[in-house]
Amino acid sequence: MSSTAYAHIRNNPQFARLVSTRGRFAWFLSAIVFVVFFSFVMAVAFAPDFLAQRPFAGSNVTIGILAGLFQFVVFWVLTLVYVRRANGEFDDLNKAIIDAASREGK
Amino acid sequence: MMRALTWMRSLALSASLVSVSAFAGDAISQTTKQPINFTAIGMFILFVLMTLGITYWAASRTKSTADFYTAGGGISGAQNGLAIAGDYMSAATLLGLTAMMYTRGVDAYIYMIAFFVGWPVILFLMAERLRNLGKFTFADITAYRLNQGKVRTMAAASSLVVVCFYLVAQMVGAGQLIKLLFGLDYGVALVLVGALMMVYVTFGGMVATTWVQIIKACMLLFGGTTVVLLALSQFDFSFEVLTSRAISVHSLGEKLLAPGSLLADPVTAISLGLGLMFGTAGLPHILMRFFTVTDAKEARKSVLYASGIVAYFFNVVALMGLAAIIIVGQNPEYFEGGAIGGAIIGGGNMVAMHLAKAVGGDILLGFLSAVAFATILAVVAGLALAGASAISHDIYSRVIMKGQASEKAELRMSKIATIGLGIVAVLLGLAFEKMNVAFMVALAFGVAASANFPVLILSMYWKGLTTRGALAGGYIGLFSATALVVLSKSVWVDVFGYAEALFPYTQPALFSMPLAFLSAIVVSNLDSSRDAAAEREAFGDQYVRAQTGLGAATAASH
Repeated sequence: MSSTAYAHIRNNPQFARLVSTRGRFAWFLSAIVFVVFFSFVMAVAFAPDFLAQRPFAGSNVTIGILAGLFQFVVFWVLTLVYVRRANGEFDDLNKAIIDAASREGK
Repeated sequence: MMRALTWMRSLALSASLVSVSAFAGDAISQTTKQPINFTAIGMFILFVLMTLGITYWAASRTKSTADFYTAGGGISGAQNGLAIAGDYMSAATLLGLTAMMYTRGVDAYIYMIAFFVGWPVILFLMAERLRNLGKFTFADITAYRLNQGKVRTMAAASSLVVVCFYLVAQMVGAGQLIKLLFGLDYGVALVLVGALMMVYVTFGGMVATTWVQIIKACMLLFGGTTVVLLALSQFDFSFEVLTSRAISVHSLGEKLLAPGSLLADPVTAISLGLGLMFGTAGLPHILMRFFTVTDAKEARKSVLYASGIVAYFFNVVALMGLAAIIIVGQNPEYFEGGAIGGAIIGGGNMVAMHLAKAVGGDILLGFLSAVAFATILAVVAGLALAGASAISHDIYSRVIMKGQASEKAELRMSKIATIGLGIVAVLLGLAFEKMNVAFMVALAFGVAASANFPVLILSMYWKGLTTRGALAGGYIGLFSATALVVLSKSVWVDVFGYAEALFPYTQPALFSMPLAFLSAIVVSNLDSSRDAAAEREAFGDQYVRAQTGLGAATAASH
């Protein structure tokens, strides 16, 4: 791929928008995963008694089990959210940028 | 007294399990040979015939190097997702984590979350750039704008270290497991695994390896789901009934459902979390899977499917472990000498197999045994392919021949490399038969997180990375991770027999990974050579390609 096409894309304001929006979105979702997971790890290390509590009367379900299940579900939902937006909105924008570059190249 | 004894035994057992199943690899502890199991062997032969048929079909589609390394880039997101999940759900997941849940309760569930949490992060930060920049190996990305020869040599060396240690752990695990499940000799089992793996990879390349992995993943999901449904039917599908009964009979009692001592030390917990999260993102056979799909869209979808399947399967395994506490743990049939609470027949890792027999008889036991064998075979094939591509694509084609090798010569070299790796794997498996190889998986993840991951992520995200910086980071990560594992309890005490470990933790990632990042960054910043300036300059074009996929290697047309 020619360097001029790359240079053209670099100067396209839409490219800057794609990169910053998608990048922010990806880091935001990663931050959620990091914060939730490492808070959980800290709770395991420093507050195991809290995780052992049973919030529902007459049920064996502990906060630890709920927190685990919550992470499996929420982290997977986050991947779904990212894939939908990246494969839809971001890829449309991406396609527009590449098309503009190839038109320019002709 | 009896209770105390049971407790001590479960503690000793779980201590060995923690080290064994701590990582996705399969280091199954020493086992005793069982009588030959004909149902299991019959089902396994069926699996082998089916996969050999696929290999025959795949061989006709494996003509170019692109076909061999990445199935021509024509795998769909859903297929690749299943294959990635297959790579990740090893025999240790099925056997080790079920056994861990059986002895430790919720602690095992925490472990599973740590195994799972790397996937969303790989998707958000890596999947699309990997697909857009890579062609056959992850060294294509790290060497993209850096010195090809030096950086590829480094990346290939650490890939091979990861692959070899992982292979040894798999082979020793395979030998032990097969001895146990099928009643075959350890040596026979190794040669069988090695030979089948060579056939799959040399003839069928990535096409066959992927389909073997997909079939195995489906078998594993089907087997696990069947066992768990049959088991739960004994408790009216009620979590309360299941847990109440498990609590009433388990030596941990109420503590079964609360975090225990497993991750009580925060340094170990964080180091393990980092090692699993970023080690996964540095395993060559996992990274390679991102090059098998058509484009970034499909790469993202593969992670979505893979993480969904892995999350589902971990929860199935957790329920299997809980159900086994009552169904296996209260049945004298499954204990040596019929003493409930004593040693489990075949060792602690057999809990899942006993559960299958208890709820589904010999047929289900045979099926699950065949699945376990298939799992090992598929993972070994994936590893061999990743190792062979590091040898033929990176070292032979790019470093030695400087890109001048013909496609035919490179393809021939990749097949020779596969056969070589197969022989090495069998020999190493024989040499390490009597050793506890759990540390090798720790080493594989540690090296992947410390040598592969930092340089890979920096090369994709940081303009300032230069050849010297990449080499410093890669080699320092490789050596520090290896050294810390050697000085830790698992090698220094368990292998060399010294009284006291020099490095007090089992996972090196918390220390070696930052060290690798730091050295790569510092050395790059100090690098004022002319090459370095050109390398920083080249980041601009690489960045556009990483973000847009423009110029990315596309699927070969068939």
